[in-house]
Amino acid sequence: MQNVSELENKLHPPMVEGDHSFASVTDKISDVTLKKRTPFHWFIGFGIAFMIAQLLMLSVIWLLANGIGVWGNNQPVGWAFDIINFVWWIGIGHAGTLISAILLLLNQKWRTSINRFAEAMTLFAVACAAMFPLLHTGRPWLAAYWLFPYPNTMGIWPQFRSPLIWDVFAVSTYATVSLLFWYVGLIPDFATLRDRAKNKYFRFVYAILSWGWRGSARHWHRYEITYLILAGLSTPLVLSVHSIVSFDFSVAQIPGWHATIFPPYFVAGAIFAGFAMVLILCIPLRHWYRMQDFITHTHLVYMGKVMLATGLIVCYGYAMEGFFGWYSAAQYEWFMIKNRIWEGPYWWSYWLLIICNGLSIQLLWFKRFRESEFWLFLISVVVSIGMWLERFVIIVTSLNRDFLPSSWAMYSPRVWDWTMFIGTIGFFFTLLYLFVRFVPIISIFEVRTLLPEANVHGHHQDFEENVNEVEYTYDRTDPPNS
Amino acid sequence: MAQIFNKSANNIAKISMVAVAVLAGTAFYAYTQIARSSYLTGRYMERQQPVQFSHKHHVGDDGIDCRYCHQTVETTASAGMPSTQTCMNCHSQLWADSPYLEPVRASFRDNKPIEWRRVHDLPEYTYFNHSIHVAKGVGCSTCHGQIDNMPSVYQENTLQMEWCLECHRAPEKFIRPKSEVYNMQWEPGSIDDTKRRSLKDDYKIRSKEMMTSCSTCHR
Repeated sequence: MQNVSELENKLHPPMVEGDHSFASVTDKISDVTLKKRTPFHWFIGFGIAFMIAQLLMLSVIWLLANGIGVWGNNQPVGWAFDIINFVWWIGIGHAGTLISAILLLLNQKWRTSINRFAEAMTLFAVACAAMFPLLHTGRPWLAAYWLFPYPNTMGIWPQFRSPLIWDVFAVSTYATVSLLFWYVGLIPDFATLRDRAKNKYFRFVYAILSWGWRGSARHWHRYEITYLILAGLSTPLVLSVHSIVSFDFSVAQIPGWHATIFPPYFVAGAIFAGFAMVLILCIPLRHWYRMQDFITHTHLVYMGKVMLATGLIVCYGYAMEGFFGWYSAAQYEWFMIKNRIWEGPYWWSYWLLIICNGLSIQLLWFKRFRESEFWLFLISVVVSIGMWLERFVIIVTSLNRDFLPSSWAMYSPRVWDWTMFIGTIGFFFTLLYLFVRFVPIISIFEVRTLLPEANVHGHHQDFEENVNEVEYTYDRTDPPNS
Repeated sequence: MAQIFNKSANNIAKISMVAVAVLAGTAFYAYTQIARSSYLTGRYMERQQPVQFSHKHHVGDDGIDCRYCHQTVETTASAGMPSTQTCMNCHSQLWADSPYLEPVRASFRDNKPIEWRRVHDLPEYTYFNHSIHVAKGVGCSTCHGQIDNMPSVYQENTLQMEWCLECHRAPEKFIRPKSEVYNMQWEPGSIDDTKRRSLKDDYKIRSKEMMTSCSTCHR
């Protein structure tokens, strides 16, 4: 018997560690929002993020006042930081959707304690991403008619044959579905917070947000159906959004962009970058808020494995790009590959990319690195940089050597390119800090389903005990003062 | 513990869901109407001119041809505004002492043009040419309305791009025989569809693609 349970433990390691009951799970997660004093490090972190977010505001004002000439992109490199950063941010969001939707449908229990903040990360990343294409139009208030089909006074529609308009629909659908998914998952937890909040303003706000949730069987039934439908809707979005983002490039007849491998290669890259960001966020978070019982070591190892798998797909993409360049026998394609890898002025960015995305993840083959939080964090940071470089390489090395040598020019970002990019990082962390403070960072009720006592049908001798426990916890979600 | 909200909150929640949808729809509809309103387009707004000149009198009652004053309409982009000398052709004899015409006489004496206020003002980024429209059978009244009924001229149409495109997309719905271009009484119903289409061919009006190409109007 001992061996069987050990084996079982190895195959399905427990997703909640420590000695937890329904009540202690609820206490531990909701206390972060309701009871505990806001920790000092929160104020420091929020303060820094908020200050950096002001840099974004400044950059946007400067941009709108002066036009996009304040950026470094100019012919032939007409796209640069604006699109690099857009693709980078939107890619980061993908892990959230993958974790929440696909892993839910695949019944992967380990998603449960990381889905909440991974989805929040998705939403905030999409918010950062959406800024770039809007602002790169220079006058976003006029851009409405390029982006949205509405009965404008010019009597014209957007160009439906352009991938840029597909982008608008892909990203806005993605943002809407992600928001709904996140919010629907939050309703039972908001109700828990409502019932436990002592402060009357908090209680009022959480009451509104929880839409009168009482946890009745009918509520749960509808909740389950809605959540499943939304998961079904999000699943194709994981693949479609970044495929369409890749069409921005692959539909254009630019060497290095016009390749059939782009959609899957971009999707894998997005999930790769996204898991790196989830790791960057959850490694410190679980320490600061002592959530090691819920975001366990096993979670980190699993995410490291996903990163390795998707990273290898991305590396395959790099290899195929080179192969296509040679095998196509098109002189422009082959020139682009040579230019990108060794002959051109940006060769260093390509090799930096290979080191960051290709070599660094090879460490994850080894248990020693995969199981070390320090190395996982470090590799994730390196991968995030690498994924940013990937878009830099794709965009700048393809554009800076135009078909005519007379049009060749170098690209270098200017101060306002950098401030805006760094500003969005500040904005992202500002939102994330607010989220950590006011919303349960881990799904309370879903983590409770991971506890052994949630499986009341399991062992008969435990049955009585568990039923009592269930009733007890149900009481705990009632108003505490009643 | 007391409930946070009383029972009416259920209804308020339901009503607010409907209200948001209705308000959003209304706001969208309001936008489509306000964007085309005369408040924003200046349509139907009469302009006070330095001289109380009546097109209704000169065109409608006296039957003066458009081209008598707007001389360059057939040859240049601008239809042209008459010089004071053109006015004085008649008004040195007719109503020569009328106090209403003092600004005209003053302009003639001092050799200073009358500063008419523009009624139809297209944005600078649109290229518009009167001569080509007249040459392809677009009548004055098609765009400017019944000038012969306007004591004081106002803008008959919105001059918005969707209005321009309405004709550029299907010119055969609006053109008339060239002989009728300056006829203020001409009615669109006086020729049938087949005739209109053959006019389009006769006048060699370009394809819809060419007519609605960006650079046809934005050069």
